[in-house]
Formats: sequence, structure tokens, C-alpha cells
Amino acid sequence: MSTAGNTSGNIAGDTRESVSGIAGLAVEDLSVTYRTGRGEAAAVTGVSFRVAPGETYGIVGESGCGKTTLGRALGRHLPPEGAVTGGSVRLDGADVLELSPAALRAWRATSLAVVHQEAGGSLDPTMRVGAQLAEILRARGHGRAEARREVLRLLGRVLLPDPASIARRYPHQLSGGQQQRVVIAAALIGRPRLLVLDEPTTGLDATVEHEILELIGLVRAEIGAAVVLISHDLGLVARLCDRVGVLYAGRLVEEGRARDVLAAPAHPYTAALLAAVPRFGESRRDRELTAVPGRPPAPGDAPPGCAFAPRCALADDLCRRTPPPLEARGAGHVARCHHSARLPEPRLAGSPPALAPAGEPGPPLLEIGGLTRRYGRTAVVDDVDLTIGRGEVLGLVGESGSGKTTLARAVAGLGPRGSGTILLDGRPLPAAVGRRDGRARRRIQMIFQSPDASLNPSHTVRVILARALRSLRGRAAPEDLAASAGLDPHLLDTRPARLSGGQKQRVAIARAFAGEPDLVVCDEPVSALDVSVQAGVLRLLSERQRATGTSYLFISHDLAVVGYLADRVAVMYRGRIVEEGPAERVLRGPHHPYTSSLVAASLARFGEAPARPGQDPAGAPAAPVRATGCRYADRCPSRVDGLCDAEPPPLRTAGDRHRVRCHLDPRDLPRAPANAAPHPPRDEEEFSAPDP
Amino acid sequence: MSAVALSRARPATRRHRVALACGLAIVLAWAVVAALWPHLAPYDPELQDPAHRFLPPGPGHWLGTDQFGRDTFSRMLAGARPVLLVAPAATALAVVAGTLVGLAAGSRGGLVDEIVMRVLDAVVVFPAIIAAVLFVALAGRSVTVVVLVIAGSFVPIVAKSVRAATLVEREKAYVEAARLRGERALTLREILPNVLPTVLVEATSRFGDAIFAAATLSFLGLGQPPGSPDWGASVSDNRLWLQPAPWTVLAPALAIASLVVGIALAADALRGRWEAS
Repeated sequence: MSTAGNTSGNIAGDTRESVSGIAGLAVEDLSVTYRTGRGEAAAVTGVSFRVAPGETYGIVGESGCGKTTLGRALGRHLPPEGAVTGGSVRLDGADVLELSPAALRAWRATSLAVVHQEAGGSLDPTMRVGAQLAEILRARGHGRAEARREVLRLLGRVLLPDPASIARRYPHQLSGGQQQRVVIAAALIGRPRLLVLDEPTTGLDATVEHEILELIGLVRAEIGAAVVLISHDLGLVARLCDRVGVLYAGRLVEEGRARDVLAAPAHPYTAALLAAVPRFGESRRDRELTAVPGRPPAPGDAPPGCAFAPRCALADDLCRRTPPPLEARGAGHVARCHHSARLPEPRLAGSPPALAPAGEPGPPLLEIGGLTRRYGRTAVVDDVDLTIGRGEVLGLVGESGSGKTTLARAVAGLGPRGSGTILLDGRPLPAAVGRRDGRARRRIQMIFQSPDASLNPSHTVRVILARALRSLRGRAAPEDLAASAGLDPHLLDTRPARLSGGQKQRVAIARAFAGEPDLVVCDEPVSALDVSVQAGVLRLLSERQRATGTSYLFISHDLAVVGYLADRVAVMYRGRIVEEGPAERVLRGPHHPYTSSLVAASLARFGEAPARPGQDPAGAPAAPVRATGCRYADRCPSRVDGLCDAEPPPLRTAGDRHRVRCHLDPRDLPRAPANAAPHPPRDEEEFSAPDP
Repeated sequence: MSAVALSRARPATRRHRVALACGLAIVLAWAVVAALWPHLAPYDPELQDPAHRFLPPGPGHWLGTDQFGRDTFSRMLAGARPVLLVAPAATALAVVAGTLVGLAAGSRGGLVDEIVMRVLDAVVVFPAIIAAVLFVALAGRSVTVVVLVIAGSFVPIVAKSVRAATLVEREKAYVEAARLRGERALTLREILPNVLPTVLVEATSRFGDAIFAAATLSFLGLGQPPGSPDWGASVSDNRLWLQPAPWTVLAPALAIASLVVGIALAADALRGRWEAS
């Protein structure tokens, strides 16, 4: 294998007909270490995989497992402390690691394309996006006019509406999804041979993510490059990839065809990651989510034997002593586990908890009437009516910009003032938290989205909890409060900076429950967390709710998560509630066309239903709210011209306690595909109202 | 990823540690001199010796003598005291007052913020030197007046950066959580600890500026009276003899420079540490 030296001077096209003659990406026994204060730490150890041209290979694992390091090593973009200590990375036969600096530059320019998380960060904020793309084209020898034409063609290819106007805008004038499209357009320049996508949709909301994945699916077939997709999100990988490699503590622990790995994982880590994600239509009444306990070891700290052993339910002395070899578990399916055969069915883990019937009859706990909140002149929340029952979990879904967070904050007494009433137990609540009395304040608490910002970085966990207990008149001790949120007592005297995201969110939950609240507003409490951690936090929220009978207003852009936790679901679009009803009914349908698009996005993530492309034109959410008719009319596939764009839609009853704001007759409303519909409710009687 | 951050921070930390040690050593040395100069100075700084005027640096007088035959080295040591009395006092006063004003304006917001900020703007645009002349003329020349003038001109600077930091913290979820709980003393208990790094950076930067300010005022004859061994006053007194006897000006000038550099070194190192952590 000493051909590397020969090819190091060759670049681009020449490398394709190299000595070894293998097309696509071939990674052999790749190891990467980081220099740290305590010496060398292995971040990636002996990883081998191949990706054929036109194939998409997914690399999954929790944060800290070496995914990003591996992705960077492929393009030799390691930070200065990182170094490849062994193995080879061959693209079309040429060893990338042997290229001279000049050849590497040329190779990157012609053969490699990388799309990072946070697309905004890879665009120059001071340049119009058209000029940025043209710059790349000009560097590749295109003339000025030719480059300009090509830019418009590329922007059109990534399905951006009105390329000419997009090209004139600066990055900050584009939405996150549009920015990511521009970055993908840049990646398409010059037909790369290797496309590395590092968490391309993290931070984008469900519908935008859906569109971006559509696009990636479209372009990968077209360019015929080897595509490596890095993600912590199994659903995303399942949907987009042909084959999957699961990375744990820098080692490949399982590899195989995506559908095999997801249907029948052969490594307990993969199984645990799968069990941590709520599927669309799955409720906490069906199954308790199981989190992966603990955290992956830091680079260099992997134990002898199997690195996953400390977190594995199947681990025995053999696992702790001897690292398992990579063994075949089926056609093209390999796993690094001593006990693959003993692995339980992944989907059956966790038994459903006994739950009290949701939404006890009686007067509601919270009634919102005609609530309107404005930022400047735009009404972000527009004339919203909602009720939350005692002990009920009301899920609120919608894309970003739908006003769901503003609504939630208004309930808590934060954010701009406006008109409308909020009644707690029938008594009106002042709009601003500062005007509410101590009792009312104590009864409504909130859990915020960002675990980093929601805890005071200067206080220890003990101080944070003790202060909450004092001001909320809680009777528990900080120790008990921490224990009730599943926090280790030794964490009490640490500051938030030393906690993981999941631990921070547990502290935030414990704090919210310090004074026995009646209503906890949960604003996307798991969106910023890894899937493995998400499960634990969702489970804790479910447990606390069950134990205390507290009501939740639970907000998420993820329909599967909302469906898992909520008794009732309200769907918000552009400041309006477009649908509201029992969770199963809203998810199963008949439902609002907008809910239907959210369901399609959620299902497509697990490859359970084909995506419906072309339904949501990209960039539509940035259009101004229409003055007349239904706000969804521009994006709605079932639009009735002359009616939907002229008359505001009525609120119709689509079944028991289920209302939809749409012109369509409930009979004609879309439904979730039958095979993916939520389990029919156990108590069929409750929902036996005549199905329209 | 934490490993990456760690190893990247390391060499920088080492550099900071060296800078911090050097800076603190210089500042401490001058502090010791200010406290103990009567025991350290080889001569009485006020002792005139007309027979030995303008002696160049040599074995008898390490840094030579001035126009009255006074020992330059002893005067340089003695000059540390007034500077190190005025500068820390003025800095402390400015930082405490500025922090309180900045916190109040930042956390209150609205009209209070607007009024406070416009008043501070008015203070900033008024030339500090003219203010100093005015105050000395009104209240007479004293250490208190110098301290008040310097502190007063620094308060707006401190208040503005503390306000900016407060505005950032105020929007964070932990502050909103505290508002939801109805915490009392929210600004002091929740926000202040998190703007302390800003306060400390301000304190170190203003300390360096205060030394210059104190020396400047003495140089202009607004601080220490002419003839005193104060560095600023000495530079002023001897500037006529800069060509025939440069040591008489250089000694106090370098003393000022070394102290300011020492503070700057320590301040930069501390700032680097906070940013790294």
C-alpha cells in the first residue's frame, strides 16, 4: 500500500484512476489523538469504513463520541492539537493523508465539500450571498458573467425561490433554512467527490429540517459523490442513509445497512439510542422512554475491555476485561459486542406506567381568552383561546415563528404586554409577573429551552435550589429536591458550568417544582439535548407530572415528543391556534392541513412514510402574514381558491373535544397514513363520538 | 470536544500565568516601597545639598541628584506613596459608584436608564482637566479633591460597561426564572455575581488610568504641591533640566511607566483567565 507517495502530487481528476482503483471513500484503521494537558488522548481509534460513489453513509453517536473529529479527519481539518496517528483515508484510491500542503489545497478545492452545523457561521456576514458563491466560482476560473449565471442556476437547484433576489441578500436577511440551502449550493460547486455533512439540520425546526433533508436526498443522487452524514439523530440517519456506522468512544461499534441496524440493532448502544426516541404516535401511556445511563467516556478515558460496558445492562466480567472484536451479525452487518444474541427487542423496553385519566372533569385550571401579544406592529399571538385542565398536559406545537413561545411566556407573565385575559382558577391574572401576587406567582413556574442560560452560573446547584425553595415557600430540603429530579447528591456543590446539558435541565426542573406549582410552562425543554439525554428528561417530566398532578403547558416543534407527553395538543400557526384536541385525535386525524404537514415531516424522519415533496415551498414562512382569509392558504395543498384566501376560516368540531380551524368539511380533512397512525386509544369508548 | 478546548487554552494559560506573576511583582514592589520608603531610601528626599547639584548617577547617588542636590533615587522611592494613595482610592470609589449606577440603570431600564445614561454622557463630554482646575479652585488643593475628581471622571466609564453587561445578563433565562419566583434583591443576588468579571476588568484598567491621572494632575500643579517627591510633580519640576540632567526626569517618568505596565500586565492576564474559564 505504498502507492500514496505516487499519487500525492496528483489531484482532482487524475486521482480517480489511481493504482488501487477503488472508487469512493475508503477509510482504513484511522486513529486520531488529541494532545491534552494529561498527555495524548485517543479520540478516534481504528475506524474503517467504505462509502461508494453515490452512497450515503451515516455516522451516529452521542456528542463526545468522536463523530466530528472523524468528519474533520476526512478532510484533514483537525484542530492544531489533533493528529492522525494511524491508518489511511483514500478517496478514489488516493491517500488524502499523504498529500503535500499544495496538493491538499487543490484536493479540498476540487474534491471535497463540507456542510457544517450552523450554516450562518460559514457564510461571510459582510458579503451578499450571490457574491460569496461567485467568489468560489471565480477562484475556479469562471468568468464574471459566467459565474453570475452559474450562481443563479445553483440557487435554483437548491430550490430557493427567486434566486435573483436571494443572491442580492446578506446572510442575516435569510432564514436558517435558506442559509443552509446556500451552503449546500456552495458545496455543489465543482461536483465534489466527497461530501461531508456534519449535523446539517441541528438547530433547524422540524419542517425546515424536512425540507433540507429532501434537498440533500435530491442532490446526492445527482452529484454521485460519496456522502458522509454525521448526526446524533438516528431518525435523520435512518431516513437519509444507505448504510450506518455507530460510533462510541471513538470506535465503530456497529455497522450495517440503515434499515437492518434500526430494525434489529446488534449492539446494546444502538438499541439504547433507539429506545430513547419517542416514535410518532407513541404516548407515555404506551411505553416509558429509557435513557442511556451515564455519559460516554472523554477521549483517553475509555475503560479497558468494552468501552460501553459501564453503561450497558448486559455487561459482565468478559466485557470489562476483553474488548469485543467486530463480528459479522448478518449480511454486511457487523457489531462489536460479546452479547449481541442476548439483546432484547429494542422497542419493547420499558413498560407503560399506570396513568390517571387525563384532564379531570371540573373547572379548568387555566383559561386563556382572546390573548394577543405584539412585537412592534406584528401580532405574534393573535386572539388565542385555550384552556388547560387540572393535571392535564397540553402540548403546543408549531414551527419557529408560530408564536408558541410568546404564548407560553405570556402565560408565565413574561414578554410584551397586550390584550386578552388569563384566568387561573377563574380569577384573572395580571399580565406582567411583577404585578401578580406571591401566591399566583408560586403557582405558575417555567422551564426554559436553553439549559445553559436557565441556571445562574455563579451559584452552586444547592444555592439555586435553596433560593427557589425559599422564594417559593417549598418545604423540602435541597437534597430531597435534587433527588426527586434524579440528580446525584454530589452535584449539589458544583456550579452549572460543570454539569451536562441533561443535568442542567434536571436542576431547572427541580427548581420549577420547588414550591409545588399548579402549572409548569415547559418551553422546548428537550430541544437542545442529545436524544439519549432527551429520553431521561422527558421521563423525569412525566414522572414529576404523575407524582404531583401538576398541569403542563408543553411546547415543542417535535410532534413525536409532544404526542408522547401530552394529553391534549394544540397546533399553532402564525399566531393562531389552528387545531386543538385530544393528542391521539390530533395526530391521527382528520386534522388541519398544517398539522398534516407536521405529521408528514415527523413520519418521514423514521422512514415510515414517504415524504411529500413540494408541499411547503421553501421560504414561504418568511412571507408576510396575509391580511384576509386563512393564514395557511399560501402553503395549503387543499386550498379552495376564492374561499380560503378571502374568508377567515371557521372553528369547526371534528369530533369529541376536537376543533379545527379550516374551511374544509371535517370529512375532507387529511389523516395520518393508516400504518403510522397512533395506537388506537385503549379506552375506545371515550372517543366513540361519531367519526365524521 | 472539551479536550480540544482544554488543550487550546493551555499555552495561553501559561503565558497568562507568567504575565500575571510579573505584573503583580512590579505592583507589589511599588506598594512595599510606598509603605516602607523611609527605611529603604538612602537619603532624606527633602535634604538639600547645594554642593552636589546635578550629580550624574554614580556610586554615591545611584540616580544622581537634582537642582537642589536632593537624591533622585530617594525621591523616586518617596514619590510612590502619594500615587499609591490617590490611585487606589479613586479607583475603588469609581468602581463602586460606577457599578451601582450601571447595575441600577441596566436592570431598571426604561426612563431611569435613559436619564442616568444622558447624565453620564454629559459628565463624559466635560473635559476632566477643566473640571479638575475648577474643583481645585473651589475646594483648595487636597488629596480628597484629587481622589474625587479622578473618581468622578471614571464613574461614567465604569457605569457604561457594567450597564452593558447587565443588559446581557438581564435577558437570560435564569433572571426570568428569578422574576417568576418573585425573588427580592434580584439585581444584587442574581445579576451582580455574573457581571463581577466586567467589574474586575474595569477596576484593573481604571487603576492604571488613575495612576496616570494622579501624575498628570500633580504635573499640572493640581495635585501634590511643587517640590514634593511625587512623580508627576517631579517630572514637572525638573523638565527644564531635561537636557543637562535627564536622570531627574527619567527616574520618576520610568517609575510611573513601570507601575502602569505592571498593572496592565496583571490586568490582561486576569482578563485572559476569565475568558478562558
